[in-house]
Amino acid sequence: MCAMPGNPNRAGGLEAPSVRAGRFTVSVQVNGERREGDVEPRTLLVHWLRDTLGLTGTNIGCDTSSCGACTVLVGGESVKSCTMLAVQADGAEVTTIEGLADGERLHPVQQAFWENHGLQCGYCTPGMVMAAVSLLAEHPHPSEEEVRAGLEGNLCRCTGYHNIVKAVLAAAGATAAARVAS
Amino acid sequence: MIPAPFEYKRAATLAEAVDLLAANGEDAKLLAGGHSLLPLMKLRLATPALLVDIGRVRELSYVREEGDHVAVGALTRHRDLETSEVLRTHLPLLAHVAGQVGDPQVRHRGTIGGSVAHGDPASDLPAACLALGATFEAVGPNGARSVAASELFKGFLETALGPDEVLTEIRVPKATGVGWSFQKFNRRAQDWAIVGVAALAGPHPGVAMINMGPVPLRATAVEEALVGGASAAEAAARSAEGLDPPGDLNASPEYRRHLAQVLVRRALQEAGVA
Ligand SMILES: Cc1cc2nc3c(=O)[nH]c(=O)nc-3n(C[C@H](O)[C@H](O)[C@H](O)COP(=O)(O)OP(=O)(O)OC[C@H]3O[C@@H](n4cnc5c(N)ncnc54)[C@H](O)[C@@H]3O)c2cc1C
Ligand code: FES
Ligand code: FES
Repeated sequence: MCAMPGNPNRAGGLEAPSVRAGRFTVSVQVNGERREGDVEPRTLLVHWLRDTLGLTGTNIGCDTSSCGACTVLVGGESVKSCTMLAVQADGAEVTTIEGLADGERLHPVQQAFWENHGLQCGYCTPGMVMAAVSLLAEHPHPSEEEVRAGLEGNLCRCTGYHNIVKAVLAAAGATAAARVAS
Repeated sequence: MIPAPFEYKRAATLAEAVDLLAANGEDAKLLAGGHSLLPLMKLRLATPALLVDIGRVRELSYVREEGDHVAVGALTRHRDLETSEVLRTHLPLLAHVAGQVGDPQVRHRGTIGGSVAHGDPASDLPAACLALGATFEAVGPNGARSVAASELFKGFLETALGPDEVLTEIRVPKATGVGWSFQKFNRRAQDWAIVGVAALAGPHPGVAMINMGPVPLRATAVEEALVGGASAAEAAARSAEGLDPPGDLNASPEYRRHLAQVLVRRALQEAGVA
């Protein structure tokens, strides 16, 4: 069973990374744009996004994989970027909160957070929105229970979650939104 | 928090991973999903000199029917287990347990192989593997070997796998149509189990416990009782027999023993044991 050839299903994904004195050159499609850079292997994805690329919309909350504030999409799926190395994202597509809106037009999930007052201080919001986008990609018509379970990786210290759940249901076009409020 | 510096090598194939481990000895560690290892490295509780990233070894990510077994590649992510039609049909316990691990973000990255190889008594999938009587396949410099689930977990975060071995596959006997249950007791969503139980009914019952000792383990007294025809309540009364559960912030050993009995009874009843 050894030594079957790899299955190169992602562009660039299987090439040996290039080494430069303990650093690696990573190439990541970030918000639709190809971004390249030299990183130390221990660089966390969240630090590369924030400190090198200047994409500070992604927050760091707990720094211990618990709160979800740092959630971004990797290959369309939600991931805690404080628990992933930048080198692990080499060759992948990463979407941050900055990549959701289309110019001035908010993404439907952002719009729904706005309309349903799905935030108070806003610290958890970028991660919450990214987790919701991933959730809706997997479950386009979730029940309230599925929304609550689907957001269990994201903590909010302000809202009590009700308006967040309402916003996600609204974004899904679910009529259940009205029921949650009552 | 960032990990201490380390060297990083990426394996494209299983063979390459085995070679890299063989060449680098005890200082090297495999990196799969990173969702147990990276948090430890960020806390500097683990400081490997070299990470061998096997996250892209696609040949180890699969769920396949093979006769009376299902073969699961070690690099299969929790999310892929949770949504696998093969598992939902033949091993619904395993699919369900995978869906209870952590949260969606964790399930998008974490792998069954990483979960098993980490050997954490608090983790969910090792218990499911034990209850289902799984066998683990590993490949090292001297070739491949099989390890029974009951032989794998040796001590706290310690398994029978050598530092130069790669866990490649988890082989699980099909349990199509057999009653099962998973009870995970925790206080908040996303949390690890304070105590958990994975149970399979049928002629070869399997009952495994989470957080009831230093390793993922089987409740052998309960299994014996079931084989002897005991009722769910009678069997459950033996849940903590011979076990020495830990005490921590969440629960005392006494509380865990009590919880084990309650959860095993619920599990057996849900699995259809009278
Ligand atoms: C916030 C959070 C919540 C969590 N909640 C839960 C939970 O409720 N229940 C639960 O069970 N787990 C939970 N986990 C752990 C999660 O399931 C991990 O993904 C899993 O335990 C490890 O898998 P991994 O692929 O991430 O492994 P890694 O972290 O990459 O590796 C773990 C260990 O296994 C070794 N290893 C990895 N793959 C192999 C292989 N193929 N062969 C040999 N050795 C290997 C590594 O060298 C390392 O020592 C949680 C994790 C986080 C961050
Ligand atoms: S900062 Fe990543 S999970 Fe909290
Ligand atoms: S709005 Fe303040 S943490 Fe969620």
